[in-house]
Amino acid sequence: MAKSSRDRVSNEINAGSMADIAFLLLIFFLVTTQIVEDKGIRVKLPPWSEVEPDITKLKKRNVFSVLVNAQNQLLVRGELASVEDLRERAKDFIANPTRREDLSESPLKAIISLKNDRGTNYKTYLEVYNELKGAYNELWEEQSQRDFGKPYEELSIQDQRSVRSKIPLVLSEAEPTAFGEE
Amino acid sequence: MSKFKKKRGKGSPAISTASLPDIIFMLLFFFMVVTVLRDSELKVNVNTPKATELTKLAEKSLVNYIYIGKPKDKYKEQYGTSPRMQLGDKFSIVEDIPIFLEKHKVKVPEAKQKRITSSLRVDGEVTMGIVQDVKTKLRKSGQLIVNYSAKAREQE
Repeated sequence: MAKSSRDRVSNEINAGSMADIAFLLLIFFLVTTQIVEDKGIRVKLPPWSEVEPDITKLKKRNVFSVLVNAQNQLLVRGELASVEDLRERAKDFIANPTRREDLSESPLKAIISLKNDRGTNYKTYLEVYNELKGAYNELWEEQSQRDFGKPYEELSIQDQRSVRSKIPLVLSEAEPTAFGEE
Repeated sequence: MSKFKKKRGKGSPAISTASLPDIIFMLLFFFMVVTVLRDSELKVNVNTPKATELTKLAEKSLVNYIYIGKPKDKYKEQYGTSPRMQLGDKFSIVEDIPIFLEKHKVKVPEAKQKRITSSLRVDGEVTMGIVQDVKTKLRKSGQLIVNYSAKAREQE
């Protein structure tokens, strides 16, 4: 008699709550997921050497010196400047389209020298670096349009290299002076 | 006329929800695959500055992170308020960097070791002194590819 009553109970597991369970897991992963794309300014540091490169031996016209002090002020080639003008000035200096006597002889010889104090704000430093890198990026873009008629981003790695070899990025960073350390 | 009415009168059939779990599971698997659970808790405040000339970091497994910033409120008593560096999940000093880099390096296949990038996640308010020390140590350790982490800024 008992057997027959058991038979009547259906043996199927109710799968209706499966969706709820899946939803719960889904929400857990939605909350914990961080699709953070890490972006930043890519820099290749120079290898370590005990002797500091001496930029005073270079011709003055080929060096674009940028100093950022502990008050976050900018000194470009010996005079006070603002971050906003930096990109244009750097571009002018590197490419020197009007062949001025006081700007670089050619992009190949241009050197940007960046120096900061230990008390400089990282934010200011990165802004300055960003502008200098931006100057090079814009010049590469122009060069690429001239040579290949395509944006720099769309060139093959080889062509990108050839563009970069015409306008090499030379950014030398001197050891900072110990002003304004916290 | 009556022919059509009769059919409609029978009532609408219920939409089958049997495939709902499958759809949800599909979404679930997507998120499970995409998720990278953060392995280290941030102990310093890092608010990266904004910049425009950004490049994306390619492979996550090839990146090691160095955080620099002021310790968070709950660590202030122990570690003070001046900027500190965090490697992995603990406060560290500059001298720990070579070991940290080495530990990361052994996990990376040899062919890819040249492309290892150090991502410097530095707070904007930090002064350059500590950043400079870290940079010098990285250069001495032969870790030359560095990424200054920054947020995107709209170009004017």
